Amino acid sequence: MTVGALAGCGSSSGSSSSGSSTAAQADTTAADVTTESADEAVSALTEAGDTAAASGDLITVGFAQVGHESDWRTASTNSVQAALSKENGIDLQFVDCDNDSAAQLDAVRNFIQQGVDYIVIDPIVSTGWDTVLTEAEDADIPVIVIDRTIDDSDKYTAWVGSEFTNEGLAAGAWLKAYAEAKGISDLNILEITGTTGSSAEIGRTKGFHQYIDDNGWNLLDSQTGDFTQDGGQQVMESYVKSYAGQFNVVICQNDNEAFGAIDAMDAAGVSYGVDGDVILISFDACSAGLTDVLAGKINADFQCNPLQGPDCLNLIQKLEAGEEVPKQTFMAEPWYVAEDILPNITYTNNAGEEVTEDLIVVDQSIIDADY
Amino acid sequence: MKSKWKALTRQQLFLPIFSLIVVLLINLVKDPGFFQIGLQNGVLYGRLIDILNRGSEIAILAVGQTLVVAVSAGTDISVGSVMSLTACGTCMMLAGYGNNSVTELAVPMGVGICFGLLLAFLCGCMNGALVAKLKIQPMVATLILYTGARAIGLVLCNNQITYIRYEPYKYFGNFLPGCPIPTPIFIAAAVIALMALFLKKTALGLYIQSVGINSRASRISGINADMICFWCYAICGLCAGIAGIIASSRIYSADSNNIGLNYEMDAILAVALGGNSLGGGKFNLSGSIVGAYTIQAITTTLLAMGVSTDQAPVVKAIIVIAIVVVQAPAFKQMLANRAARRSAAGKEAVG
Repeated sequence: MTVGALAGCGSSSGSSSSGSSTAAQADTTAADVTTESADEAVSALTEAGDTAAASGDLITVGFAQVGHESDWRTASTNSVQAALSKENGIDLQFVDCDNDSAAQLDAVRNFIQQGVDYIVIDPIVSTGWDTVLTEAEDADIPVIVIDRTIDDSDKYTAWVGSEFTNEGLAAGAWLKAYAEAKGISDLNILEITGTTGSSAEIGRTKGFHQYIDDNGWNLLDSQTGDFTQDGGQQVMESYVKSYAGQFNVVICQNDNEAFGAIDAMDAAGVSYGVDGDVILISFDACSAGLTDVLAGKINADFQCNPLQGPDCLNLIQKLEAGEEVPKQTFMAEPWYVAEDILPNITYTNNAGEEVTEDLIVVDQSIIDADY
Repeated sequence: MKSKWKALTRQQLFLPIFSLIVVLLINLVKDPGFFQIGLQNGVLYGRLIDILNRGSEIAILAVGQTLVVAVSAGTDISVGSVMSLTACGTCMMLAGYGNNSVTELAVPMGVGICFGLLLAFLCGCMNGALVAKLKIQPMVATLILYTGARAIGLVLCNNQITYIRYEPYKYFGNFLPGCPIPTPIFIAAAVIALMALFLKKTALGLYIQSVGINSRASRISGINADMICFWCYAICGLCAGIAGIIASSRIYSADSNNIGLNYEMDAILAVALGGNSLGGGKFNLSGSIVGAYTIQAITTTLLAMGVSTDQAPVVKAIIVIAIVVVQAPAFKQMLANRAARRSAAGKEAVG
């Protein structure tokens, strides 16, 4: 349904060549984000697009992006460019700062001098922003921060991004519901964590361990695989010997570690995934990861959503309409599963709100649209 | 009996092997199952197999590093990065530039692997030329590729992880069909055997030692010291290349950021644990290889014992310090002096 709405929007207004490419990107956006807030953003986007296009008055937005260091970042850039498009009444100026924080400050100052209506920043570093944000405030330009955070100033208008702790909590909530649905009473868990001290490792561990503690699950062991395939493989090789026949859940904190764990379990003759003895959980949901979900090797994959575009647009629409916006917006993150057993999961997120979120059963079109 | 024991402990290889056995015995106390080797899923299965398998890369690197240390009294710190470059070069050739996941190869597997090894060999030659001809300090000379090679690999792979999902490519790092022994063990054994044979059958070993002890004197006595030094670095580069192919084949991809990361330190440590002097000159290849497997035995032990991730490096450091101290000449001297004093005191008491 979402796909129809967005693609329709893109194609109805996209008569130029840039319009059609936007529509293609919009497809990607829509296929990945199928949750409520995104729906709202999309409908708001369609309406606003119509009104703005009618009045011919474009909102100017400056976007200072981190760089293009990963597929994830590229997906983020594409998402923002697709959402903040001319068709939606926005004239977007995009600056790729190539991971140079000085260049990013310059870009933002440049936006202020040009007198853009809004500034969107994905801050390369979390500190050193107070001066430039004060300048933006003096110039009456609202600043929207996406993805990474600004820690030393609160002079920005709103932040949109992911919460790693919620990913961990969602994984716990899914495992609890899945085990109940399957009638598994004893959960013996092996954990392969990410690089010690990284924000993804801290958040995902914190969220998932909350479920381990609350439900009295048995955490057999937890060691780091450094977010690499080789690391995951080596740790799993050791696990299958230390805990032979004792474990029924393996949770890897990214897809690469899960690939390594899969190889190690294959070599040891341990069955896993949908028809196996071991439930395999992963995070990131890159397209190779989702391919394994589709093949039934990974039971559930929890994505860190790179598509900030729709939420970003939603905020700008609200600010244009003179509405209050929340200081923090946690993005709807897609949770991918291999089996169509549970429609959704309910859990208390890190902000203390009880939320119910849909589970998405992976098919080929989702993999094609993924980053 | 006593003199035999003394003769045994005097052997250069005694302490390295002793250290390895101690590390392994720690496991026996904790978990008798550590030494079990079984046949599971058609392949050999057990911790000892893991040590031999996972230790292959370090052992191969240690072979090259031993020569470099002996000939130039310096270390080649670029080997980890060269591993990464080799993996990237090979995967780039096999996948075709810009592709990040293929199931069909763009060129025959041999061509890709030869290209990767050629890159590694050229890296070794560059290091060799800088050290032997331009007389740049080994650590500075190899620092160039330490920082550069990994970055070149990243460029070759277009900034992404390149996957070769082609079954035969996995053979080098996993198992040959129908063979229960992991392939890396064979590759490591072949490299070690070839090098041992080479050193034994030719005068190369002798030349390396003499250049390492006194380069000028060897040149005066007619040895082309620069050439010997150059070839040691070239061989070291090639060894890094072979290790890189294994590491890449294990994960059937080129993860340029992580392949061979910090392996140069393990390679140097292997040489040191093997009782070799980092000051060059006399060397013992078997010692380095025992050292390499000792390092892997420590890693496997820590994994097996479930030492938590944040504590593991500390425990590893303590074990390494203990091994190095026991092997230190000053420490040996101290023990010998003490023993001599005690025996002297004993004789006096008797007399």
